[in-house]
Amino acid sequence: MSAPSKKTLAKPGVKNIVLVDGVRTPFLQSGTTYADLMPHDLARAALQGLLNRTGLPKDAVDYIVYGTVIQEVKTSNVAREAALGAGFSDKTPAHTVTMACISSNQAMTTAVGLIAAGQCDAVVAGGVEFMSDVPIRHSRKMRKTMLSLNKAKTLGARLSLLGSIRLAHLSPELPAVAEFSTAETMGHSADRLAAAFGVSRLEQDEFALRSHTLAKKAQDGGMLSDVISFKVPGRDIVSKDNGIRPATMEQLAKLKPAFIKPHGTVTAANSSFLTDGASAVLIMSEEKALAMGYKPKAYLRDFVYVSQDPKDQLLLGPTYATPKVLEKSGLTLNDIDVFEFHEAFAGQIMANLKAMESDWFAQTYMGRKTKVGAPPMEKFNTWGGSLSLGHPFAATGCRLVTTVAHRLQKEGGQYGLVAACAAGGQGHAMVIEAYPQ
Amino acid sequence: MASVRLLVTRSGCTALKAITGHGQRSLSVSSAVLARTHVSYEVKDNVAVVRINDPTSKVNTLGRHMQAELVEVINEIWGNSAVKSAVLISSKPGSFIAGADLNMFQACKTAEEVSYLLQAGQKMFEQIEKSPIPFVAAINGSCLGGGLEFAIACQYRIATKSKKTILGTPEVMLGLLPGAGGTQRLPKMVGLPAAFDMMLTGRNIKADKAKKMGLVHQLVEPLGPGLKSAEERTIEYLEEVAVDFAKGLTGKKVTVEKKKGLMQKVQDFVMGLPPVRKQIYKTVHNKVMKQSKGLYPAPLKIIECVQTGIEKGNAAGYLSESENFGKLAMTSVSRALIGLFYGQVACKKNHFGQPEREVKKLAVLGAGLMGAGIAQVTIDKGVATILKDTTEEGLARGQQQVYKGLNDKTKKKSLTTFERDRIMSLLSGQLDYRGFENADMVIEAVFEDLSIKHKVVKEVEAVIPPHCIFATNTSALPIKDIAAASKRPEKLIGMHYFSPVDKMQLLEIITTSKTSKDTTASAVAVGLKQGKVIIVVGDGPGFYTTRCLAPMLAEAVRALQEGVGPKKLDSLTTGFGFPVGAATLADEVGIDVAAHVAEDLGKAFGTRFGGGNVEVLKMMVQKGFKGRKSGKGCYVYGAKSKEKKVNSGAEDILKSFKLTAPPAVSADEDIQYRLVSRFVNEAVLCLQEGILPDPVQGDIGAVFGLGFPPCLGGPFRFVDSYGADKLVQKMKHFEEAYGNQFTPCQLLLDHAKDSSKRFHK
Repeated sequence: MSAPSKKTLAKPGVKNIVLVDGVRTPFLQSGTTYADLMPHDLARAALQGLLNRTGLPKDAVDYIVYGTVIQEVKTSNVAREAALGAGFSDKTPAHTVTMACISSNQAMTTAVGLIAAGQCDAVVAGGVEFMSDVPIRHSRKMRKTMLSLNKAKTLGARLSLLGSIRLAHLSPELPAVAEFSTAETMGHSADRLAAAFGVSRLEQDEFALRSHTLAKKAQDGGMLSDVISFKVPGRDIVSKDNGIRPATMEQLAKLKPAFIKPHGTVTAANSSFLTDGASAVLIMSEEKALAMGYKPKAYLRDFVYVSQDPKDQLLLGPTYATPKVLEKSGLTLNDIDVFEFHEAFAGQIMANLKAMESDWFAQTYMGRKTKVGAPPMEKFNTWGGSLSLGHPFAATGCRLVTTVAHRLQKEGGQYGLVAACAAGGQGHAMVIEAYPQ
Repeated sequence: MASVRLLVTRSGCTALKAITGHGQRSLSVSSAVLARTHVSYEVKDNVAVVRINDPTSKVNTLGRHMQAELVEVINEIWGNSAVKSAVLISSKPGSFIAGADLNMFQACKTAEEVSYLLQAGQKMFEQIEKSPIPFVAAINGSCLGGGLEFAIACQYRIATKSKKTILGTPEVMLGLLPGAGGTQRLPKMVGLPAAFDMMLTGRNIKADKAKKMGLVHQLVEPLGPGLKSAEERTIEYLEEVAVDFAKGLTGKKVTVEKKKGLMQKVQDFVMGLPPVRKQIYKTVHNKVMKQSKGLYPAPLKIIECVQTGIEKGNAAGYLSESENFGKLAMTSVSRALIGLFYGQVACKKNHFGQPEREVKKLAVLGAGLMGAGIAQVTIDKGVATILKDTTEEGLARGQQQVYKGLNDKTKKKSLTTFERDRIMSLLSGQLDYRGFENADMVIEAVFEDLSIKHKVVKEVEAVIPPHCIFATNTSALPIKDIAAASKRPEKLIGMHYFSPVDKMQLLEIITTSKTSKDTTASAVAVGLKQGKVIIVVGDGPGFYTTRCLAPMLAEAVRALQEGVGPKKLDSLTTGFGFPVGAATLADEVGIDVAAHVAEDLGKAFGTRFGGGNVEVLKMMVQKGFKGRKSGKGCYVYGAKSKEKKVNSGAEDILKSFKLTAPPAVSADEDIQYRLVSRFVNEAVLCLQEGILPDPVQGDIGAVFGLGFPPCLGGPFRFVDSYGADKLVQKMKHFEEAYGNQFTPCQLLLDHAKDSSKRFHK
């Protein structure tokens, strides 16, 4: 690993903003131990975990920003509900952001913005996703009837409304992990993306196996120190992610395609699974952190958001975001010691790697002269990724950033890069610099 | 507005693209010497991948050359013991095989010659059907006519779920039938009702529908860009998937037969009963007769071929198919329809060159039916459009019309709600001239009144940039009269749309002597972008289309005055092949518009445009009988009952203007020819006077804009096939009774004198 002798990315006139610490609840497959909770319960656990881990006085937090994707309508501002429940001061404002799988990235960069603008000094950011329960709604027709029923004044009017209900009205509306603009499910799009870049089933299975193997190793080796223990009400204490399952290539090969049948290549095993989980990070101005006696873990440096065609390039966010953020920081791919990319699908990661390796793609679709290059695998997601650790949509971003900080510390690198794709054809990348040890 | 709501059914046929230049090469040349140019193949893992690519055209067609190479390649494959299965695929992005080469048939002199050609095709497909190794057709793009027949002879079919992938048997639209096994295989594959529907309507079937029907076995999703362009990679991917299935078929991992559901089994059982089938043939036959009035032979022959195949076996079926195709190819109807097809292709090209500037921002004045329609067909092609009206009510109505037009497409699933919203975002509805300073073209569709048009020209010219083109959408006002108010007449042009704009294909562009060539090129480019079939004609009262229609409507009014009821008049005209009867047509156009046009053109052309009394129309307008839009015209509208009721008020008016019908020219056929001959004579006169540049545009304008019987191919083709001398004779007979309205024009007389003179070769 490169020695931390490279230049710092601090810019004159720009505040140094640091990651003090980050935690997350264990990421569990949905429908398992967390099944009876509500989203704000999980978020609360992460927030309390952060308070415990950092010993932060509850009234020292200026602001809380939290991400979520599939909203529980009862707690639409889940940030506020979770903060109150976690015992933060009721004087600390909180808002919720949503940007699909990069929601907590958005929460963190919002925090960075608040601090950089001089409006806050200490902000908690995070994200929660709870797929064990999702809002399933009555059909639009039924909802309309029910709303009219509220307004109906006479018994006759009510009865006639009730009489208008047909069997078809009773069929519910289920949320789907599908693009609103194209109505295509994400797995379907991922399969097409993999095919577009000629990613074979074998390559995808190999990458999935790698993710699980590395995650298992990291878990067994005690690397996943961001995970906190959580006593689930009415259940046991949970302290480990439960989706890590290293299998054999033969086992993986047996699975049938999950989306494009029968000739697709994306399977349940080479996709990230539905996950419950929450994460939280403490972000401060360097001055404030030091004044409060903290030893920060990393600097949060440049970041970018990108967006592109939500149909055919839905999951190519990292390809677009990586060169842009590197340019901003004045770095090249070779300068990066630690890569943490969000693994939505093995096929998506492989497609991104191929796109980043292609001059033709860079020239034709990104208006760049040359390719940015693909990250070397020995630096890439070496503690597992979303495929194995799990992917609670809005919680993943904080996990990526915290993992980069931890890996930089562990491996002695100086720069880390986070990149992620998100529904809507959007993407994000951030450069993270190790805090001098 | 001269807005004609017609149901021109014979349109939109993109199949059977004819190409010239190839297909004539001698087949005696040894293939070993001559490298193959259209078909190639390579063997991948025991799968022969046969790639088709006609280097001389944008689409693949089955011509002599293609067929010869295919036969060669297929024989080589069969001779190669290493090949266990085959994939048939096109290297062209938007075309699998778009059909047979029409030139091949047109070059034939006799029905027997055509039949012989067909039999060769039938034989080739039969061999493929019985092939010892399975064939997988990998379909991306148009798979029509002979292309579809080829595909359904294969054992397995995979299609891309792309918008460009369409399957169908459009032969009927050219007065032909699927002659290479289609009438025999389709009923077995998709069932009798679906097969009849396909072959009798000629409709295009999208890939997902084709899968549901059982026409294809698997769908492949089109891919986005990867390390190659989306199109290139999609074809490659289709090939990879097809090769996998081909291997699966050899290894018996993939089965061709689909498990039949209960409904399917029940249907099969029912169809197995001869009386049921008999009933179906009868029902379909009656329906065809009702819709085609017996004027189109092809649908009936299709039914005959299907019936022969099912009831008497394959051999008889194939024979009937090839013989009937040969006979159909020799009919005037087929020639007329093929002529229209070629004409349509010609009218979808810009003959005026590339305009200096592309129109990126269009403004439409007037949010009425026309204006909103023009806006709709512009924004849905991605061009930002301003829709300006003078009142909020008018604007709201127009915007709603555009929204409804698009929203109806989402209901039919041809557009997603998201695409609809994106398209709507290109429309800017407004009451002022904001943004006109950036407009590249303004199309005005305001009320047909010269003084209003003049006011608009002046107002608009004050705000638009110098390069901006001003187009006027009028149906009868001479463009030069409108241009009189213009400071820049070289930038002024007429664009006559037909209502409803989103359904009617025709656009009549009118140039004045001052209109610049670039202005014309730009107007044509915009029209083409809007998806229109375009004729470009000279200026004059009524231009071409309205001018042809007016005398026919005048004659219709006379017939009504003579006591021919509206229903009788309608049945006489539809019986001649017009998609809409004359009385209904008048109601659709609007009695007020008809009165307006009759009066204007009457003034311009004098007694030649007489016949019916204009006062009849005026009186109807006075009483509020303005046609469909006002609820009453010749008929009463509004009631939901299917049976249209004649408006008794209109009948009373007609009685008060009653004329005595001269018995010598009042038989049913006489009335038909009185109507048609006036239309045709005026069309020929337009050519004679140079209003029309050529007969092709005259035919296209008449059929696509006015509903001239497609089976006759347009007024000029009608003169050719009916005989100018015979027509002149008839007209002279009418002339005796009625006077100069039936005086044949000089050009028609010339053609009558010399039978070697023809409008179409």
